[in-house]
Order: sequence, then C-alpha cells, then structure tokens
Amino acid sequence: MTPLDETGAAAGPRTGGRRRRRARGGAPPPLLLPALIGLAFLTLPLLALLVRAPWRSMPDLLTSAEVWQALQLSLVCATAATAVSLVIGVPLAWLLARVEFPGRGLVRALVTLPLVLPPVVGGVALLMALGRNGVVGHWLDDWFGITLPFTTAGVVVAEAFVAMPFLVISVEGTLRAADPRYEEAATTLGASRFTAFRRVTLPLIAPGIAAGAVLAWARALGEFGATITFAGNFPSRTQTMPLAVYLALQNDPEAAIALSLVLLAMSIAVLAGLRDRWMAAS
Amino acid sequence: MTDTHKSARQAAGSPGPAGEGLDARLVVERGAFRLDVALTAAPGDVVALLGPNGAGKTTALRALAGLLPLADGHLRLDGAELDRTPPESRPVGVVFQDYLLFPHLTALDNVAFGPRCHGASKAEARAQAAGWLDRMGLAGHASVKPRRLSGGQAQRVALARALATHPRLLLLDEPLAALDARTRLDVRAQLRRHLADFEAVAVLVTHDPLDAMVLADRLVVVEDGRIVQEGAPSDIARHPRTDYIAHLVGLNLYRGQALGHTVHVDGGAGITTVEDLTGPVFVAFPPSAVTLHRDRPTGSSARNLWRCEVAGLETHGDRIRADLTGELPLAADLTTVAAAELGLHPGATVWATVKAAQTHAYPA
Repeated sequence: MTPLDETGAAAGPRTGGRRRRRARGGAPPPLLLPALIGLAFLTLPLLALLVRAPWRSMPDLLTSAEVWQALQLSLVCATAATAVSLVIGVPLAWLLARVEFPGRGLVRALVTLPLVLPPVVGGVALLMALGRNGVVGHWLDDWFGITLPFTTAGVVVAEAFVAMPFLVISVEGTLRAADPRYEEAATTLGASRFTAFRRVTLPLIAPGIAAGAVLAWARALGEFGATITFAGNFPSRTQTMPLAVYLALQNDPEAAIALSLVLLAMSIAVLAGLRDRWMAAS
Repeated sequence: MTDTHKSARQAAGSPGPAGEGLDARLVVERGAFRLDVALTAAPGDVVALLGPNGAGKTTALRALAGLLPLADGHLRLDGAELDRTPPESRPVGVVFQDYLLFPHLTALDNVAFGPRCHGASKAEARAQAAGWLDRMGLAGHASVKPRRLSGGQAQRVALARALATHPRLLLLDEPLAALDARTRLDVRAQLRRHLADFEAVAVLVTHDPLDAMVLADRLVVVEDGRIVQEGAPSDIARHPRTDYIAHLVGLNLYRGQALGHTVHVDGGAGITTVEDLTGPVFVAFPPSAVTLHRDRPTGSSARNLWRCEVAGLETHGDRIRADLTGELPLAADLTTVAAAELGLHPGATVWATVKAAQTHAYPA
C-alpha cells in the first residue's frame, strides 16, 4: 500500500484515473508477463484448494467433534490474544508515539522484532522465559502455581506474542497521524493526561485500533510455529485450527482441505472487514 | 519626559488591587529562539499580542496555558503562582486557532467537556453547556458534530467551551484567522461583545492590526521574541516605533537625529518638521501626504523635497501606492489619474514633496 502511495505522490497530486488508465493501456510485455505469473502464483493454490475440496463429504467433515473443538479453541484463543494485545499494546503504542525518551528507537525495534522473527524461535524464547524452569516461569510456578506451557493459556500467550506487534505498529501509526493538539485542548479544559487519552484520543484513533485488532486477530488465528513450540499439540486444549490442519494432512487429507477452507473463508472475511482501510487506496 | 512615554505607561495595564489579574514575565527558549516578554493586565482587560509570523506570539500564549515550560520569569494570576502548575490545573481557557473542537463529540458535549473535567455530573455539565450555547446564539446546534458547523459557529462553540470552565485568563490564538472575510466582520463584532462581558483577563494573539484594534484595549507588539511597543491602539497607530508597526498602520517611518526643526535621517536625508526637538527621534507621515512631481517643483511651499526613483507600483482600490527609493525611501499614494499624468513606471525619476505640517516627530 505504501509504495503505491509514494509513487502516486511523487508524480503529483492524486488525480488518479487518467494516469492509471494510461499505465494499463501501455503495460510493456517485460512487465506484463511476470506480473501475470505473479498473479497466477498467488491465486492458483487457493483455486486448487477449491477445486480439490471434498464438497460432498464437507458437511460431515465440518461437523465432527474434533473440528468443532479446534475451531472453538482457535476462536477463543485468537480473541483472548487480541484482548491481551489491546490492553497492553495500545498503551505501548501511545508511549512510543507520544512520549520522547532515550532509546525510543531501540524500543520500537524490539517491539517490531516478533514481526520478522521466525515464530518457532518465538516459541523457544517463550519457553526460556515462561517455561516451568524459565527465567520468569519458575517464579510463576513457585509463587502462584501458574504453569503456562502446554496449556490453553499458553496458546494465548504464544499468539499474543506473535500478533501484538501488528496492533502496536498499526495503533502507533494512527496516533502519529492524529493531531496531538486535541490532547492539549483537553488538558486546557481541565482533563488530566489520562482523561484526555480516554475521552479524546481513544475515540479519535478508534478506527486505527479496530484495524490493528483485526490484523492481530487474523495473525493469532493462523499462528502455528510459536503455538506448537510453546503450547504443544493437545486436542481440545492446545490444538488450534492450523495445528489440526497440519495433523490432518498426514492421516486424513480431505479433512485438512475442509479445515483449510474454513480458515480461508475467515481470512476473506477479515479482508472484507478491512477493505475500507486497506483496499480503498488501490 | 514626553507625552508619548507618559501615555504609553498609563495605557500599560497593571494588576488590580490585591494582585488581581495577570502578572507575568515569560521566558521560553526553543533552540536559537528566545522569547522574553512581560505582560500585566487587570481583570476586564483585553490585551492583544500583535506581531509578524514567527515573532513568538503563539509561544507566549502556550506558555501562559502551561503547554510550554518557562525557562525563566514568573506567572501570577490573581496572586497565585502558576509557573509550575500543569495546564489542567490552571484557571485558563484557550480558544485555539483552528478551534480544535473534538470531532467525535457534539457541540453540546464539546462545551460540557470542561465542566465534566471539573467534577460536574453529566446532567449538570450538559445543562451548563446548553446555557453557554444559548448565550452564543447556538441553542439549535447543540446536537451537531463540529464538522457540520460553519466557521463562525465553530468559533462560537470554541469560545463557549473555553468560557464554560470559568477561566480567570482567557487566551485566544488568532481567533478570526480561519474565517472568510464576510463571516469575519460578524464574528469580530460578536467576539467584541463577549470579550466586553468577560470579567477576567483576556489575551489574544493576532497578526491582523484591525482585529487587534477592534478587540483589544491595549496592544503589545512583539517582534523577534521581545516587546517592541505597547499601549492603547490609537497611540500605537499614531506613534509607531518600528517599521513593522508603521507598515501595519500605513505610515512612512524614519529614525534620525533631531536638531531644532530638522531631523537628519540615518540614511542621510533631512526632514523638516513642525516639532522642535533635539536628539534621537522618529518621524512619521502617511503615504497620502506625499505629492509627486515629474520635474523639480519651483513654486511649491513644501519644505521637504527629495529626488526619488520609482521601484514599484501597486493598486489599492482606486488609488496607487508607489514604492520609491532614492534620497529617502518612501511610500506615496496617488490617484490613478495622477499616476497616468505623471507617466509613472518602475525606474522613472520623480520629485517627492511633503509639507512639514503633515509630518509628525516624536522622541525615540
């Protein structure tokens, strides 16, 4: 989305239509051909999924207890992970966007790291931190009797770890674009900084928060590597949809396809939910 | 001492009895820029900070509101020290330049925001807000979101919002700058009435001399972070002390040394004046006092005669403003007919005369 915007801006104000039409008419073959291959590369696998789908046995496959368990667990965990991300991620985004402190660039880099980190590595790191013998985990175990690895709560932790950066980055961007002088106006009316945040900033950036939350939720829903590493693969406890798909592929490919279609449908729903924000620019 | 200084001092406000009103010296440092201005005002005063862009007017306003920390100086309001008080605890109301009405709240809830923050219940705050909107003639717009208000309406909602917390100091940042010329006239008149009713100190920032003169009892002219002149609007218009103010009020202004009835301007030329003064002085005269001649006049009774060259011509309504350089740089106003008869064009040589009676000299 951003590169598109930038080229548009560099070429002048977005008068849009005329420029775009000219570009389409005059696409040279050396660009057009790879572009079509790229399009096919991205869409063919999804089409293949639809082509090979066992439509006839679909109702049975999707109503089996295992599928429902996995689906339910996925929805609960992704939603819980999104809630956790909102509670601690929005304040973190506010801190990064509004408060100047030494090392802010470094903190932002650390926050974004899980975005590019292989999820498996995230899972291992979580084990080292929150595992029963982990740096923090053994205190949790000794003092509160809390064990996170290989539990449903562990799934939520793993998903939040991977998904929260999406929310933080999205909300921080929205905050930076929002006029901080509204907060100033609120303080001159007698609002504390927290009241200004709650009653003025939060409603103003709500669309950004919603978009960030949807992104984080989608990421959490598809999370595989960190989850299987940190929480394992126990049906009804930690076996989410992606894990179930992977397992099913080995002994029941038809079930794997059916489960994949469910996740595909959810992804399309997310995209539709975000279309105003992400598709409008293109 | 002279009349000028005396009247300027009388016009300068001072805190009322028992330290009521504003008594501040604001020092703010931002990189290479340093603002250092002293402001005093009694309750009921309306003070205008007037100055070119970048002079530090808005910085001063933000310092008064507590949105910028003071590097030095003091800030007392009704006897209470406010220098270290956070903005939310200051009895200060602000009308921001583009109003900054909260876009997600209705006009009513925008005005109720302040009372809510000051502990009023929701119903109470809304009742107060409704009262304020009514006073502003906006009773019918209570449930409208800011984006659907006109510029003038938004300005009044912003004023109501600032007044709803009963501030002891009201700050207005370019209150009319966002309005188009027609709305501006109405809103200026309304704002003048509301400011006249306001019983505490009001400080407004503007770069428009007309706004300043209509709205304020006293002008404080700020240039480059410091006060260059302050006093009653009429006084400043008659006795400008810098080029900026002279331009604002449309005067030719020179600084020089007076010896009797002659002032030797820093550039070299001499100006004959009516006043008999000695030492550093200002001399001012309006562009309309200048008469232009194509050839050196012989029979003119004017005591001041300079050879000039036309640097530029500008049309102002049915008059032409000539920008002249030469012995004395000056602006001259003449009719389009006169300009045509003189054959004025950039580069043309002309002779300018000004009667001594039209000049006005006063000590610098």
